[in-house]
Amino acid sequence: MARTMAEKVWEEHVVRRAEGEPDLLYIDLHLVHEVTSPQAFEGLRLADRAVRRPDLTIATEDHNVPTENILLPIADPVSRTQIETLRKNASDFGVRLHPMGDIEQGIVHVVGPQLGLTQPGMTIVCGDSHTSTHGAFGALAFGIGTSQVEHVLATQTLPMTPFKTMAVTVNGTLPSGVTSKDVILAVIARIGTGGGQGYVIEYRGEAIRQLSMEARMTICNMSIEAGARAGMIAPDETTFDYIKGRPHAPTGADWDAAVEHWRSLRTDDEAVFDAEVVLDAAELSPFVTWGTNPGQGLPLDASVPDPADFADPTERAAAEKALAYMDLAPGVRLRDVRVDTVFLGSCTNGRIEDLRSAAEVIRGRRVADGVRMLVVPGSMRVKEQAAAEGLDEVFRAAGAEWREAGCSMCLGMNPDQLKPGERSASTSNRNFEGRQGKGGRTHLVSPLVAAATAVRGTLSSPADL
Amino acid sequence: MEKFTVHTGRAVPLRHSNVDTDQIIPAVYLKRVARTGFEDGLFAAWRAADPDFVLNRPEYAGGTVLVAGPDFGTGSSREHAVWALQDYGFKAVIAPRFADIFRGNSLKGGLLTVLLPQDVVERLWALVEADPSTEVTVDLVAREVRAPGVTEPFELDDYTRWRLMEGLDDIALTLRHTDAIADYETRRKPWLPVTQ
Repeated sequence: MARTMAEKVWEEHVVRRAEGEPDLLYIDLHLVHEVTSPQAFEGLRLADRAVRRPDLTIATEDHNVPTENILLPIADPVSRTQIETLRKNASDFGVRLHPMGDIEQGIVHVVGPQLGLTQPGMTIVCGDSHTSTHGAFGALAFGIGTSQVEHVLATQTLPMTPFKTMAVTVNGTLPSGVTSKDVILAVIARIGTGGGQGYVIEYRGEAIRQLSMEARMTICNMSIEAGARAGMIAPDETTFDYIKGRPHAPTGADWDAAVEHWRSLRTDDEAVFDAEVVLDAAELSPFVTWGTNPGQGLPLDASVPDPADFADPTERAAAEKALAYMDLAPGVRLRDVRVDTVFLGSCTNGRIEDLRSAAEVIRGRRVADGVRMLVVPGSMRVKEQAAAEGLDEVFRAAGAEWREAGCSMCLGMNPDQLKPGERSASTSNRNFEGRQGKGGRTHLVSPLVAAATAVRGTLSSPADL
Repeated sequence: MEKFTVHTGRAVPLRHSNVDTDQIIPAVYLKRVARTGFEDGLFAAWRAADPDFVLNRPEYAGGTVLVAGPDFGTGSSREHAVWALQDYGFKAVIAPRFADIFRGNSLKGGLLTVLLPQDVVERLWALVEADPSTEVTVDLVAREVRAPGVTEPFELDDYTRWRLMEGLDDIALTLRHTDAIADYETRRKPWLPVTQ
């Protein structure tokens, strides 16, 4: 029977199937960070259980870490305790940890792929909803809660009920200046924040095939913002080229066998998806959000919508509430919206290509007066690479702040936060109320729009410069 | 985990869609390493900013059933959102749609999330807004929600219902199949990466 890629990967990982029960799935890689793991390790201790496969588990410090003065003790005692707890847990249970200051430290979803631990056909989980990032390699990767983190630590499996499958096909070629971030923001605006509930999305079509691995990761990363647990892209030569030679990539005969298997993962031609969405790449343009959920987005050329124009009463009420919070009036051109802060970073857009593209826009220009620009590499390796290319100097010369790796202002668990009433253009993934700091207002944008916005001080694309 | 069979309590109407987990519990509360005591973080920003927010209104104090709009629990995987609702005293949440991870977390932890159509949610809102002392029954045994003038069935798969009614821990259930796990491990592809 013809099967989708998601179904193939699922089937390969069924440890046990019984009528009337969820499938028990084997987990190939478990990524761990400090925020969603302490209670899971404590659960193991209380039940006198070990980590079944420390060799399939890796931990890093990311959500909570400061991005300045990382060699000093963390000032916030609660954050410090959480980091110290992870270090103790990793040590007690034999889990490999990349702590602050380590060259492999960084955001968990940047670290996995760059180490070559993320490979096609794997099942990958993490106590973080943006685990969907790893689906860019053709892995089945999804976020889990702390109870499930404990479950995976103890058993290396998860009981799961099968997902439905959705194809999101992007035909044609993206116009110049339109990035994968714009694609995913447009997809979420189309299907809504609940549109993907219960589904694994497979992104396909010419425009997807043309994307680099990093751009694919940006798309899969935000699948969760459309409500989908996972997003996937079929592995191809771009995927294999990215993985080859990385520290944990297969070598020799193993490499050949792996690639042969990876090629077999693609969705069969006759396979049927439970739902399908089609976009025309040529019609896409730089996209920004105006509201307080990632589905409330529009092309940068548009104006703030009028809630009265929403037919659905729930959407209308949500738009009214969002505009009140965002302090925006209907009809205001999005290009006229002035920001205080620009944040370039996160597991969505904190990779080397993101920094390169933003640096190209900003090179030889200045961050506008009254605007603060924060550049936070997704990992210490990304930071090292950027510095080797002189990108740090480009950002510094423009007046931006160049920081250490971490999740930073994406969720403001560390000191990098918006103040009440401040407005940001942010390359991160969530524009929820207070997400980047209590009372802060967030517009989600691509790295290109972030850089142009930093220069002009209002939401802008490089074409406006 | 506490067993869940039938719960009757007063309901709290939350007339918002897309209630994300950053609203249910802001990130600043996630720095703790304990498993309990998250009630102070529940809807912390809304409670602080709006004196009329439903949890600030004395007539809804002590409510144990939250009735919310569609797409409740979107966003992050933080199970702290479930813990905060439970620590505050909620036993069940009723909404027309839930985000997947939140729903999974809630059903793991014994917070019953009940899917009811939007029109039923509207009727429940109207009932408890007209009379905040109205009691709502969430009956997992009969898979039914009852309130004055309302009797609505809801769906939940047999396995999850059984696990909640028995108060069973998933890990203990899975550990019964350790042999199957070990057997699977002998069949894994040899090139799959290890971290050590």
